[in-house]
Amino acid sequence: MTQRQGGFKQQILRFGLRWTPPFSDNPAAKGGDVADNGRNAGEGYALLTPTLVVMGLALAAPLALMAVTSLKDQSGMGFAAGWTLDQYGAVLGRASYRLLFLRSVAISAVVTLVTVALAYPMAYFVAFHARRKFFWLVALTIPFWTSYLLRVFAWKIILGYGGVINSGLMRLHLIDQPLGVLLYNPFAVVVTLAHAWAAFAILPIYVSLEKIDRSLLEAASDLGDSALRRFLRITLPLSMPGVIGAAVLIFVPTTGDFVTPSLVGGPAGTMIANLIEVQFNGVGNWPLGAALSLVSMAMVAVIAGLFVASARAAAKAAR
Amino acid sequence: MIFLTVSNVSKSFGGPPVVNDVSLDVMRGEFFALLGPSGCGKTTLLRMIAGFETPDRGTIAIDGEPMNAVPPHLRPTNMVFQSYAIFPHLNVFDNIAYGLRKLKLSKDQLHARVEAMLATVRLDGLGNRASDQLSGGQRQRVALARALVREPKVLLLDEPLGALDKRLRETMQVELRAIQRKVGITFLLVTHDQEEALSLSDRVAVMHQGRILQVADSRTLYERPNCREVADFIGEMNFFHATVREIAGGSASLNAGLLGLVTMPAANLAPGIKTDDHILLAIRPEHVRFAASGVAGDIAASTFLGERSHFHVRIAGRSEPVFVSGSVAPTGAVHLEFPPEKLIGLPASD
Repeated sequence: MTQRQGGFKQQILRFGLRWTPPFSDNPAAKGGDVADNGRNAGEGYALLTPTLVVMGLALAAPLALMAVTSLKDQSGMGFAAGWTLDQYGAVLGRASYRLLFLRSVAISAVVTLVTVALAYPMAYFVAFHARRKFFWLVALTIPFWTSYLLRVFAWKIILGYGGVINSGLMRLHLIDQPLGVLLYNPFAVVVTLAHAWAAFAILPIYVSLEKIDRSLLEAASDLGDSALRRFLRITLPLSMPGVIGAAVLIFVPTTGDFVTPSLVGGPAGTMIANLIEVQFNGVGNWPLGAALSLVSMAMVAVIAGLFVASARAAAKAAR
Repeated sequence: MIFLTVSNVSKSFGGPPVVNDVSLDVMRGEFFALLGPSGCGKTTLLRMIAGFETPDRGTIAIDGEPMNAVPPHLRPTNMVFQSYAIFPHLNVFDNIAYGLRKLKLSKDQLHARVEAMLATVRLDGLGNRASDQLSGGQRQRVALARALVREPKVLLLDEPLGALDKRLRETMQVELRAIQRKVGITFLLVTHDQEEALSLSDRVAVMHQGRILQVADSRTLYERPNCREVADFIGEMNFFHATVREIAGGSASLNAGLLGLVTMPAANLAPGIKTDDHILLAIRPEHVRFAASGVAGDIAASTFLGERSHFHVRIAGRSEPVFVSGSVAPTGAVHLEFPPEKLIGLPASD
C-alpha cells in the first residue's frame, strides 16, 4: 500500500503537479503551483516566438547597431577606428542641442495635455451618452483613414498664409493682411499633432470609462454626491489608467516626431528629430545622430516613467 | 405611523407598464419586503423610491415630504445594491466613509462613526482591507455599512443576499434582522426569495406583473393568501375548482367536485365571494391528511426530507397530483382527508 502511494506521488511529481488540499483556504493553493506556472510560461514564450523573432530583428538588433554606432567617430564616408564617448559629450554639452531637447519635451507635453483634455470629453460622451457607440468609435477614427503626411499637409493648407483661415477671415473683412502667426511655429506643431493623435487618446480613455460599473455611479449619487462630485471622486479616478495610458501613448511618439515640425514647425518649431534626421541624411554624421537618438530615447523613457510613477502615487494619495 | 407613502405610482419603459398604479404605506421602523418573481416591477419601484427612475404618474413621499422632484443625492434614502457596488479604488474604511465626507466632520468624529459602523456589521479591524480582498459576505457587509452610516430615513435593499451561498445567506438574514432592530431604521427589502421575505420582514407586499396583490404580515400571507398568485408564489398549494352553494350563519357550503360537498367556515373565503361564484379551494400540503376514508388516490412519488416527507398523490379525475406533506410514510393506495377549516376560498383567476 505504502509502495503504491509512493509510486502515485512520484507520478504526480513527474507530471509537474503538486497536491493541494481541496477547498483549502490557503491562498497559495489558489494561486496554483510553481511548476505549473513555469510550464505555462514556457508555452507562453513558445506562442510568442514569431513576435519575438520580429522584435529581435526589427527592434533589438537596430538598437544595438545604433548603440555601437554612437560610440564611433565619423571619418569621411566611414567610421574611425577605436571607441569614443565624444558624441555623448557633444550631445550633452552643446547648448543648442539642449534647447532642442527641451523644446521637444515642452511641445510634446503641451500636445499631450491638449490632446488628453480634448479627448476626455469625447470619450466620455461616447461611453456614457452615445446611443450608437460603434458608429461613433468608427467616426472618430475616420481621420486615420488618410495618411499621416496628408493630414499634416491639410493643416498646412488650413493654417497657411493663403490658407483656409486667412482667406476666410480676409473675405469676411475681419483682417486686412493674412495672419503670419498661424503657421511655422510651435503653435502649428501643437495643433497638428493634437489632431493627428486624437484617436490614440480617445480610445484608451473610452475603454477605461466604458469599464466603469454603472452601479458605482448610482451608489455615489445615492451616498450624496452631486454629478460633479461624483465625477471627481469616482469617474475620474477610475478612468485614470486610460488617461495615463493615453498620455504615454501620445507623449512618447510626439517627442520624436519629425514630419510635423519639419512641415509646419518653421525654425522656431524645430524638434530633436529634425536634428537627428539632419545628422543621418544631411551632414552624414551617423555617430552623432545615433547618440542624439539614444539620449532622446532615454530622456523620453525617464520622463514617461516618472510621469506614470507620480500619477500612481497621486492616485494613491487621493484615496 | 406612516413613514413612506407610495401613491398610485406607474412606470413604463416604452412598453407595457412595469409598475402599474401601485400604492403602498410603510411604517416608521418597519422591516418591509417587496416580494415577487423577477420582472414583476419590484426593483423598478425601489429605484423610483431611491430616485434613479422617475415615476410616469403618482407620488412618493418620505416622512411627509414629497420626493418626486428631489434628485437621488438629496433624498433621505440609501441603497444596498444587488451588485454591492463597492468602490474598487477605495479601501473598506473609505468606502464606508464615502457618504460622510460631505458632512465635514472632524477626523475623530468621522473615525468614530466609521469604526462604530464597522463594529455593527462585524468588520472590526478590516478598515484598511482593499476592496478586492473581500469575500462575498464581507462585501455585503461593507455595502450595508456604507448605506447605514448615513443614517437614512429609509434603507433600500435590492436583493442584498442574492449573491451569497445558502449557508451565508441564512447567517446574514439573522444578522440583517438584528441590525435593523438595533438601528431602528426603516428597511425596504426587494427579493424574489419568499423564505427571505417571510423570515425577515414585519410585512410583505407581493408583487405580480407590476401590481401589488397583497400586503400582509408573513403568517397572514401564508395562511390567508387573497388570490391564486400569492398562494402559488408563497410555498406550495393545492387548488380545486368549486362552486359556492350557500353562505349562511358563518359557514359556507360548496360543491367542490372531486372533494364532494364541503362545508367550511365562511371566514376562510376571500372577501367578495358570493353564492353561486365559481372559486378555487386551496389547501397547503401539510394540511392534507392521510386517513382511513376520504378521497382515494395512489402515491406517485415521495421525497424523504428528514422530519417530513413530500408525497405526490394521484387521484382519479385530476391531471396534476395532490401535494401532501407529512411525517408518516404510507405506500400504494391511500385515502386523503381535507380538513374544511384549513381550506381557503379564493376567487377563480378567470
